[in-house]
Amino acid sequence: MQWSDQGMVLSTRRHGETSAIVQILTKDHGRHAGLVRGGSGRKARGVLQSGNEVSVTWRARLEDQLGTFTVELARPRVAMVLDDPLRLAGLVAATELVEITLAERQPNREVHAGLTALMDAIESDPDWSAAYVRWELAMLAELGFGLDVAHAEPGAMISSRSGEPVPPEQLPGAGERLLPMPDFLRGGAGDPRAIVQGLALTGLFIERALDAPGRVLPSRTRLVERFARLDTTSGVKSGNGRKGD
Amino acid sequence: MAITSTTEIDRLIQLLSKLPGLGPRSARRAALDMLKRKETMLTPLAEALRSAAEGVSTCSKCGNLDATDPCSVCADDRRDQSTLCVVEDVADMWALERSGVYKGQYHILGGTLSALDGVGPEDLSIGSLIVRSEDDRVAEVILAMNATVEGQTTAHYVTDRLAGAGVRISRLAHGMPMGGELDYLDEGTLAWALKSRQPVTGV
Repeated sequence: MQWSDQGMVLSTRRHGETSAIVQILTKDHGRHAGLVRGGSGRKARGVLQSGNEVSVTWRARLEDQLGTFTVELARPRVAMVLDDPLRLAGLVAATELVEITLAERQPNREVHAGLTALMDAIESDPDWSAAYVRWELAMLAELGFGLDVAHAEPGAMISSRSGEPVPPEQLPGAGERLLPMPDFLRGGAGDPRAIVQGLALTGLFIERALDAPGRVLPSRTRLVERFARLDTTSGVKSGNGRKGD
Repeated sequence: MAITSTTEIDRLIQLLSKLPGLGPRSARRAALDMLKRKETMLTPLAEALRSAAEGVSTCSKCGNLDATDPCSVCADDRRDQSTLCVVEDVADMWALERSGVYKGQYHILGGTLSALDGVGPEDLSIGSLIVRSEDDRVAEVILAMNATVEGQTTAHYVTDRLAGAGVRISRLAHGMPMGGELDYLDEGTLAWALKSRQPVTGV
């Protein structure tokens, strides 16, 4: 068995002394794992960073075996965001979410295209944060937990029970929460406060999609905390007040 | 394995084969070599192993491995007390020490943040780093984490946590390695080197 494809590295785990087991979201073969011989080595480690785009060839004797990957770097996305805390947090949260939620070996071109577009935004779009939240909405739709934001009136709230928009003046029912739906979910940019609201909304339904109420995705939590800090400092990082200044 | 007859030798080979860089075949060769040179190799090695097992411990200050606590680096008064270099692992500290260019203090985190491997901030020695950085003698914290997603995620997290400590925070430079030729560099290193380019001074 053999195929070649394009993909994005989701995670790399050391296997033995020199090899690594790598998860890749491929264009035509879905989320797929494989063994990379020498994957823990100095040369391969730079390639096998989460978020990098790669050309991959998978080989195995039988289809249901783990198989081995031969991987070549196609686009070094990680290098472009490594020194930006917020963008790096976005990249890590996105790859982790895809790895956790997506079934293995189920081809899904839309998810691949969506993640590629998100990585483009994270790499160079000043309004990437709005794109990130909209990408989470699209992921929720793929997982069967789509929210009806297209038909929401401005200022509408989203019901935690149904995911449907309700008028802002409506009171929540028993056991129901109404979460604000920021306008940028239908397009455009959002300020840090709106981004945090959007992430709270998608976070609730991601927990539901994972069937784990209250489950914390650490990378996503750190991303939300970073946006929340931006909100409180109005996008300007506070000074440090160094000793001896 | 049938060639070796005693359980002692089998056990020796089995344990040696667990060491980094050794497999069953090389472990067998090493064991045979040691057994042939019992007086000059096997016995001194056994004594050295016993002495290391009994004497080496983790430094309560920086996390280094040494026969004394605090370790010889922390106990050395001649070292610069104003800089604190944060590394992921003991091996990273030893690598910096080998270079001989850094004469300050160290702090070993004991790993990196990794959500998929279940390593969170509470599993790393970040709390003790913050306490150390609040010492009035410390003016600068140098983040010397690996140029990986996990390493830099940890570096950003540590930067946030040190925000109130009143210290200058710096990180190691990224880009062209010493002796590196553009033609042979991987695309990731090239991209980061270009992104981290610096103005030429003195013109």
